[in-house]
Amino acid sequence: MSSVVEFANTLLGGVAAGMVLFIVSVGLSITLGLMGFVNLAHGGFAMIGGYIVVLTMNRLGVPFIAALAIGFFSVAAISVVFERLLYVRLYRASELDQVLFTIGLVFMMIASVTLIVGPETQPLNLPSWMQGQFDLGFMTYRTYSLVLIAVGIVIMLGLWLGFERTRMGAQIRAAVDNRRMAESLGINITRLFTLTFAFGSGMAALGGGLGAEFLGLDPQYPLKYLVIFLIVVAVGGLGRVTGVFFAALIIGVLDFALKKYLPQGGTVFIYAMTILLLLWRPQGLFGRAP
Amino acid sequence: MTALLETRSLSKSFGALRATRDVSFKLEQGARHALIGPNGAGKTTFINLLTGVLKPSAGTVLLKGNDITHVAQAERVKLGIARTFQINRLFRGLSVLENVYMAIAERVGAAPNMFVPAGSRRDVIDEAMELLTRLKLADVAHKTIPELPYGRQRLVELAITLGLKPEVLLLDEPAAGVPSAESHIILDAIDALPKSIGVLIIDHDMDLVFRFAQRITVLVRGAMFAEGTPKEIGANPDVRAVYLGQAAHA
Amino acid sequence: MSIDTNTGVGAASGMGTSLAARTLAARHRLRWWEPLPWLLAIGFYFAFPRYLGFGTEMLITILFAISLDLALGYAGIITLGHAAFFGAGAYTVGILAKHGIWTEPITGLLWAAMVAGLVGLASGLVLLRTTGLTLLMLTICTMGLLEELANMGAEYTGGFDGLDSLPIQPVFGVFEFDVLYSTTQYLYVLGVLLVCFVFVRTLVYSPFGHSLTGIRENTLRMHAVGAPVRMRLVVCYAISAALAGVAGALWAQANAYVNLSVLGLDRAATVLIVLVLGGYGRLYGGFVGAIAYMVLSHFLSKLYPSAWQLGLGLMLVVIALFARGGILGIGASLWHGHDKQRDAS
Repeated sequence: MSSVVEFANTLLGGVAAGMVLFIVSVGLSITLGLMGFVNLAHGGFAMIGGYIVVLTMNRLGVPFIAALAIGFFSVAAISVVFERLLYVRLYRASELDQVLFTIGLVFMMIASVTLIVGPETQPLNLPSWMQGQFDLGFMTYRTYSLVLIAVGIVIMLGLWLGFERTRMGAQIRAAVDNRRMAESLGINITRLFTLTFAFGSGMAALGGGLGAEFLGLDPQYPLKYLVIFLIVVAVGGLGRVTGVFFAALIIGVLDFALKKYLPQGGTVFIYAMTILLLLWRPQGLFGRAP
Repeated sequence: MTALLETRSLSKSFGALRATRDVSFKLEQGARHALIGPNGAGKTTFINLLTGVLKPSAGTVLLKGNDITHVAQAERVKLGIARTFQINRLFRGLSVLENVYMAIAERVGAAPNMFVPAGSRRDVIDEAMELLTRLKLADVAHKTIPELPYGRQRLVELAITLGLKPEVLLLDEPAAGVPSAESHIILDAIDALPKSIGVLIIDHDMDLVFRFAQRITVLVRGAMFAEGTPKEIGANPDVRAVYLGQAAHA
Repeated sequence: MSIDTNTGVGAASGMGTSLAARTLAARHRLRWWEPLPWLLAIGFYFAFPRYLGFGTEMLITILFAISLDLALGYAGIITLGHAAFFGAGAYTVGILAKHGIWTEPITGLLWAAMVAGLVGLASGLVLLRTTGLTLLMLTICTMGLLEELANMGAEYTGGFDGLDSLPIQPVFGVFEFDVLYSTTQYLYVLGVLLVCFVFVRTLVYSPFGHSLTGIRENTLRMHAVGAPVRMRLVVCYAISAALAGVAGALWAQANAYVNLSVLGLDRAATVLIVLVLGGYGRLYGGFVGAIAYMVLSHFLSKLYPSAWQLGLGLMLVVIALFARGGILGIGASLWHGHDKQRDAS
């Protein structure tokens, strides 16, 4: 019987980690799908957001939820500035230039954080209601992880509703499917992208803060997790919220399960699976076929 | 006698859009054939199907009686089908000579060689220069593409294609963008093509079409609308009706 | 300079004298400044005898950057996974040497080139069916896969700690690898670099190299002239991989050491930065970039690591926005601007 609990433990842990991956990566997926812009600095926004959340909590005594909100909005604002001043110049540039620019940007982000705050990992002090264990009936589990799972599901549903039911959501979906057609229908792509970019970066910040326990929070964060964010996005399919959600879940659970049951070969399996999947379906699990 | 290039019931759909409908078409050896039709008739799509850029939804494409429906684009070039594009596809950073060199080197099999300098293949260079001279481009052979006016860039597009020494030549609006003072160069070059080559031209310029074509096919909404000699087509009232509003000389 | 107008048709020798033909025919000729980098390299040997370890590292980086240039600058394949081949070559030498199977250096390079080239061929055949972001992802994943496999196969690869004290025989049986001052290493690597560079230079100016430029400039047109585009790219990628493998092998031999760092994203990103800094697609971009990067890095990165990273990031941003051609690109536009000025006056 204890192996069932063990298994549930692993599963829940993987799902929670997957939720963090989802929240951080969904913005990257949408912007990649919408504008085709390879933004390797996305993890940097997650990191900055995480730092804002943690520092306002630890040094200013701001409560957790408020800190998350501050993180979300300040990073969204910062990202708008970057987008309008810098990113916009490279929309028609070659992919190589986009890669170089965003790598350079993320280096600058990492260096700035190290210089201003320091290279140590920042601890996240959870509010008391999130600490400890929660009784699920057949087992108890970390409240924090369960909150993450709940939050993730809520966000997923919210985004899904937003995309399906609102006008802006429809515009985004149209532009992801066929940008030129959307433009000719009068949709203001530039403004759409700025808003989406801001929202996506804000979400990344949220994920950075919420997930600080799982993924840690240190200046190397953006580079440590760059590949995994990219894998989640590529596997899920660009511009597909449901795609990112399931891809993140799969990868989160796989990672946890493999660490436990196959500690040596876990990452190999994820890389191999990604390679095979992208070769078979370059558009990802949920993406639109080219 | 087997037609040089032939399609049988060729169709292509993009989702609900039927771009090419059941087209059965023959291009004979030595043909001077024009394909005309109003905008959106699917002429370029048809060329893309002939050259292998697009795979058909149904039907077959035959070259000298052999089924090439599933043969890739580059393969078809080796088999003797070449085309020019409606909008120039040139190697912009390279000189005119280097552009034409590219095509000839592929044809004669010089391209895969990694161990000799490109410049040592004098045969390729000489053939390229000869071709450029014929097209009156020799004086700008050393210039890069952006340095040329658009009309002459169009000539380079033709030069590259001629360098492939094709048996079937598909020209997608060859004179588009060429100032009328220069368009005779293109026409002269087409006139001077070996009689065994089959040439299919798409164009909107009726002067060019009627001067050049021995046979005209009219395509409307992806389907064959009419076919015949220039005289027959010119006299056809339905064709005129379809072209109402477009510049028609007949 | 006299301008040739087109002479009569058919006079074959007449054709050959046109400006365009002459330029193309002479394109591959050695320019006066081309021996300079090599003379400088030899001069370095005598001028800085205590920096030869640093110099060796720089020469290896140049070779690695040149290998990437073949794929990136000439064929247009954007990859962040080139360290996969560097590592393949390094580990080939390392494993063969550590387990006493093969310790001769020069033939060791051939083994490394072969292994890395095969990895490049296999991955190229499979990966180069995709483009853009998907391809980028796949190159990263392939490299990551190799890195994890190397980690897992600790019995052969030494795992995280790697393999040290690799026994490498003296070059030609005479010149021993000098652990302290790297005198042999420097000249050995310089020699290999020269051979490899001559090979790359020949390839770039060959019809094959010309067709790679064509693929990069206008892939659709290359299909339309009958070029087997994918096969050309795969061959180019495999050659590029083999050269990267040689660089990795040299690294392992020169340091008598190999560990997982030869396969990391860090190394792949650094070589990309080096190449872009110097100027990709320009044959000598690797030289310029490697020297500039390593000199700067040597002085700054240990003193002020965060400031170095900040500056590096800023430089990349500036390059991406304003100076895509890197240092050589800036140099070229200055040179042509100077020319225009001179002609105008």
